[in-house]
Amino acid sequence: MKNAKILEPDAPMTGHNEKQTVVVIGNGMVGHKFIEQLQEAKAAGQGDYDIITFCEEPLLAYDRVHLSEYFGGKSADDLSLVTPGFYEDNGIKVLLNEKATGIDRDAKTVTGSQGTVVEYDKLVMATGSYPFVPPVPGKDRDDVFVYRTIDDLDQMMECSKRGKVGVVVGGGLLGLEAANALKNLGLEAHVVEFAPGLMGVQLDQGGSDMLRRKIEELGVQVHTSKNTQQIVDGDNCTHRMEFADGTSLETDMIVFSAGIRPQDELAREFGLEIGERGGIIIDDNCITSDPNVYAIGECALYDNMIYGLVAPGYAMAQAAVDHITGSLNSSFAGADMSTKLKLLGVDVCSIGDAHCRTEGALAYTFVDETAQTYKKLVVDADKKRVLGAVLVGDGDAYGNLLQMKLNDMDLPESPEALILPSVDGEAAAGLGVDALPDTAQICSCNNVSKGQLCEAIAGGCTDLGQLKDCTKAATACSGCAALTKQVLDNELEKQGIEVDKSICEHFAYTRQELEHLVRVGKIKTFTELLEQHGQGHGCDICKPTVSNILAATWNEYVLKPQHSVLQDTNDRALANMQKNGTYSVVPRVPGGEITPDKLIVLGEAAKKYNLYTKITGGQRIDLFGAQLHELPLIWEELIAAGFETGQAYGKSVRTVKSCVGSTWCRYGVKDSVGMAIFIEERYKGLRSPHKLKFAVSGCTRECAEAQSKDVGVIATENGWNLYVSGNGGMKPRHADLLASDLDDETLIKYIDRYLMFYIRTADRLQRTSVWLDNLEGGLDYVKQVVLEDSLGIAAELEEQMELIVDTFQCEWKTTVEDPERRKHFQHFVNSAETDSNIKWVDERGQIRPAQKTELEAEV
Amino acid sequence: MNAVANTNDLATQVCELDFIPEHGGVCALVQGEQVAVFKIAGEVYAINNYDPFSDAYVLSRGIVGDIKGELVIASPVYKQHFSLNSGVCLQDESVTLKTWETEVVDGVVYIKH
Repeated sequence: MKNAKILEPDAPMTGHNEKQTVVVIGNGMVGHKFIEQLQEAKAAGQGDYDIITFCEEPLLAYDRVHLSEYFGGKSADDLSLVTPGFYEDNGIKVLLNEKATGIDRDAKTVTGSQGTVVEYDKLVMATGSYPFVPPVPGKDRDDVFVYRTIDDLDQMMECSKRGKVGVVVGGGLLGLEAANALKNLGLEAHVVEFAPGLMGVQLDQGGSDMLRRKIEELGVQVHTSKNTQQIVDGDNCTHRMEFADGTSLETDMIVFSAGIRPQDELAREFGLEIGERGGIIIDDNCITSDPNVYAIGECALYDNMIYGLVAPGYAMAQAAVDHITGSLNSSFAGADMSTKLKLLGVDVCSIGDAHCRTEGALAYTFVDETAQTYKKLVVDADKKRVLGAVLVGDGDAYGNLLQMKLNDMDLPESPEALILPSVDGEAAAGLGVDALPDTAQICSCNNVSKGQLCEAIAGGCTDLGQLKDCTKAATACSGCAALTKQVLDNELEKQGIEVDKSICEHFAYTRQELEHLVRVGKIKTFTELLEQHGQGHGCDICKPTVSNILAATWNEYVLKPQHSVLQDTNDRALANMQKNGTYSVVPRVPGGEITPDKLIVLGEAAKKYNLYTKITGGQRIDLFGAQLHELPLIWEELIAAGFETGQAYGKSVRTVKSCVGSTWCRYGVKDSVGMAIFIEERYKGLRSPHKLKFAVSGCTRECAEAQSKDVGVIATENGWNLYVSGNGGMKPRHADLLASDLDDETLIKYIDRYLMFYIRTADRLQRTSVWLDNLEGGLDYVKQVVLEDSLGIAAELEEQMELIVDTFQCEWKTTVEDPERRKHFQHFVNSAETDSNIKWVDERGQIRPAQKTELEAEV
Repeated sequence: MNAVANTNDLATQVCELDFIPEHGGVCALVQGEQVAVFKIAGEVYAINNYDPFSDAYVLSRGIVGDIKGELVIASPVYKQHFSLNSGVCLQDESVTLKTWETEVVDGVVYIKH
């Protein structure tokens, strides 16, 4: 069949049978998106295309939206949007460093600046925009820039090393981004704006004023109503900008960010129809005045509008692809220009008619000068619909308001409630998510619709953590987390999905409920709990969970006969079982501080019992290869030398890692080792839903890596900063700052409360990181409970912790002193022999378990 | 009890019944084989001590329980469940462990050969 092309006589000629050449001029964000989408359509069998793209810059498409992060340490590679190999692997031809300079629409060819001529069947103009620079005398001086490409940024960086002051001309969205960039480059940053307010397009005067106050506090100076007349040599700096009102400003660098203009030069020159004020005119399918030429992104003019945001550009790219492939799935019908941004760390949101220009429109305004927030809600004359909104300083209401506007939803009776802060625990007024259509976009960062969320929920994502993982909703700016949770709850209820949170078939309760039953019912054994609240014999899920709860509540010796049979693998032998059934032994080394004598004891025990030794990540020493019957013998020696159990086997507090701190370190500001030892001694032996790792750093250099721990403490000049819910491991999570500059006593009080609150409310085997991510209300809620005692349980939590601290016992000391218990530490109950199947081989001077193949070879 | 296994032709002595805690396990040496012995509600069950998923002799150190009415032992290594009555692995029915009959005489547990 390979060489024969058979056309069924009756088959419709779709054009898909023939290979078409598609040429894309411009490899920016939108041009690249177009190619990705066309390639996807090709892979899905929607036609065959040769794709060729002109790329004027020396770099393939990169993320211009996050350009300022280049100054924050991101590399050009980090910003690249192109998966390595994407163009090569798919046979897409890239004319790098070549600008398209000529179009012959009759011959259907494009000529490049290096003389390349390519033929096209379909031509796509994705030439983007260029920064507008007002015709001010002096604009062409050295050290005057625009803010558009990575090359611009490189030059700005170079220039910043020569000067002290930087000015951005233009107080729009991009201008403020650029000002932040200048600030991060260490310059004294100024913004000069022609209009009376910042972000005049998106914000009303009130919002603009609040934004100005906030960013001035952040150290960016704002000058509004300034019309630059000329730029001349400065006295103290490189330039002096002279304004129409007679004032002037000296600066070493000037960055123009006064808006964009469509890059329509080529289209204009070769006869495509152009709008009055620029822009290539397109229709709903992004077709220009020539049926074989499309225009997409910022160079295109749709309905007299240039769309300077990336999302509408992507929508245009999809519409053009759908037209070329003939699938006609989408067309472009304009786009919503609502935005939510974080400018210099300040929430700034604008929805629809922010300026209240619609006839009859009414506005509600809420200003909180203490918290520096400004919120305005614009509604129609009947108070039925949202027309627009402005939010500065607090963007929480954005998701709700945008959905109400986009989906034309009815306003509640008192629309003002939508922007008023919630009072004392009462949730802010929201919208019924049930009323949202499936197409409603919930997460705008990752473009996740309500329909996609519902699908994932129906597919088994029944908690917020899973849903975020699966759909990526609420994982970027997390502004939509509350809305996502509402959709989840509503869907579960609607679909009648009952989430069975029973821990196993023996108890119809969650871990949290079992904890409550044990504590309130004063239940001391598994058997009692099973008789009163469960059924059957129990299993390897509920037994360890309950024994863990019993230990965290009453703190009895875990190998009491009634408890010992509940213990999981490691707890049962008070040691960590390794793959061949032998154990490792980890004595406690509080704070990682150990005397030479104790080190020698460990070394001698390891030699005597032929144990493999390794330093752990938690600053202790792990001794591997002990057999069951050897454990009490080894521990007898270690206890005699002053060691205690390290509880490395338990779901419990493990280690408190520390740096050497102010005692030795030239930079340390506090005694981190002393605090680490204090904390480890206090919480040692505490059983919890999962293991707990702590660390204490003596200064902000953070050598103990406390921000990757469940509890991290970092010394400051003024006290201790307390970080919580960090994690290394499989799913790293940076810890969150719970409280700052604490004295010793308050630090311990907060850790007590935090840990006990976690122990009471977490699921089985849920680390503090996942617990916090799944906790409704998140970090703010934990702050309320721990810092402000909003639930009124702080005293109770501290009391429970005090009981655990007071009843600590070294489980190994108790064990070696109990002859009856020691009888259980032997391999055979009816013989003194040991397990003959355990075999070792030598590696790098120590033992390791023999692998199966090595055992077979021996036979 | 630390003496060499007391064996006759019909059965091997394990230990006193009271030595095994309720829901607890011990390992016995029976004619050169390792046998895990458990006590549940006074009844005694015996199954191979070998865990075929980890190649370690450790099942006596697992947790006993019931899953959908079937009495099981969970491996302490990778947590597979084995029926105490049939020896079948609940997660992989192609794997079956040897089981033994047990008897308690005068408060002493025996494994029958």
